Amino acid sequence: MDKVIRVVGLTKQFELHQLNKKITACYDINFSLEEGQFLGITGKSGSGKSTILRCIYRTYLTRTGQIWYKSGAYGLIDLAQASERQIIHLRQKEVGYVSQFLNVMPRITARELVELAVLEMGYDLNYAKKEAIQMLAHFELDKELWDMYPNTFSGGEKLRLNIARAMVKKTRLLLLDEPTASLDNESKKRVKEVLEKLKAQGTTMLGIFHDLEFMEGICDKQFNMQAGKLVA
Amino acid sequence: MSNPEEPVLVVKNLRKQFGSGCTNCLDLKEESLEGNYCPVCQTVYACRDISLELYPGEILGVVGESGSGKSTLMRCLYFDEAVTAGQGYIKDYKDGQKNIFTETSQQKRYIRNHVLGMVYQNPYQGLRMGFSSIGNIAEKLIAAGNRNVGYMTDRAAGLLEKVNIPIYRMLEAPGKFSGGMQQRVQIAKALSNNPPILFLDEVTTGLDLSVQAAVLDLIKIIQRELAISMLVVSHDLSVIRMLSERTIVMLGGKIIEQGLTDQILEDPQHPYTQQLVQSLL
Repeated sequence: MDKVIRVVGLTKQFELHQLNKKITACYDINFSLEEGQFLGITGKSGSGKSTILRCIYRTYLTRTGQIWYKSGAYGLIDLAQASERQIIHLRQKEVGYVSQFLNVMPRITARELVELAVLEMGYDLNYAKKEAIQMLAHFELDKELWDMYPNTFSGGEKLRLNIARAMVKKTRLLLLDEPTASLDNESKKRVKEVLEKLKAQGTTMLGIFHDLEFMEGICDKQFNMQAGKLVA
Repeated sequence: MSNPEEPVLVVKNLRKQFGSGCTNCLDLKEESLEGNYCPVCQTVYACRDISLELYPGEILGVVGESGSGKSTLMRCLYFDEAVTAGQGYIKDYKDGQKNIFTETSQQKRYIRNHVLGMVYQNPYQGLRMGFSSIGNIAEKLIAAGNRNVGYMTDRAAGLLEKVNIPIYRMLEAPGKFSGGMQQRVQIAKALSNNPPILFLDEVTTGLDLSVQAAVLDLIKIIQRELAISMLVVSHDLSVIRMLSERTIVMLGGKIIEQGLTDQILEDPQHPYTQQLVQSLL
């Protein structure tokens, strides 16, 4: 089967000019995933797990190495070298990212937020409205909150909305940066249900989870991160 | 439908200098200049060979400290200042085949009136404070060749409504309005000729937070509904974070870094950008 993503010799170093320091967050990372596969990454805080996801999403610039991604729009493309315009397109249509934090435009309601994610994929407004309602309902976000601004939500509500926004897009590649870190068990179950559904639909996923029980039954591969290196 | 990967504006090596230059500074070598200033002939190089591309429907952020050349770049692109050298191509003007900086002043006026919109930091630069709000918008429409009073009145009223200026105040002069309202009238005026490209120069600077929020929301709505491409200059990183997907960082008249906005903010490469991001409150 074709690889959807193949990471080769990925190294990320931060150069902090003011402090005159260089920090290597991860080095010589290698792995590959086929369509519909799920890679779970565990490891201590600060071991460099999130750095890998952020390099793939291009929030961080990769120092050395390649991140080969089989794109629907561009064919095989190195995400470390792709143009900014290509990355913007991929973020809109093919690659999703869920973090622990909800970082959104202020004064946009929860419903609009999820709708906008679907609209970015190129669907029409009616479809976006329908999908948004389904997703918000699935994550049991109180109906009263749908037309409110998320900055007033509790941590758990924000997190569920964040996950709903990312998962509604049904992207080809989904990066999950500890999305369930502070969720209750019921919410975690709901997240897992959607992940299983997405996996069945062929979404390839990389996820960082502290909760090993959560990863059971869903991960095809599991790596542990130790001091910036992946250990099988 | 336009090709989203074909830029609507291409700028190549735009240079703007104040002063004639001398043998010491003409090659623009760092060691010959103090920042962007030539200590021998006192020439200031406000923009040093700036190149950029603006794509359909995108908001491109330009950040940098005061004096970095951001506003000069905007003024050059809107022909408020003549460039010293460089090329500029607009897709909606002669199919992007003609360097706009070498066009006649008549053609430049045409481009300004038909293809570009500008919102200045200081509303006094963009509006006639003694004219009515509707008159300000009509002025731009007339410059673009409109002569039908009924159409111009309807268009102005529609635009003022869009930017949340009450219709019953459209005959009032912007001089009587608050700073936020004046900015919104400027935006309405800039939008009146349906420009594919809009320049916004520090449009929220000096406005209080709630008014700033209203103006930023309006800019986002305009982008979403009208798919206008915008170049947004700001020294406020929060504004850029909220509006733009790509960002250019300027220092001493040069582009020192450019990239995806989240990358610029979370993994800045240049020492100055790192300092700028660390200064974020």
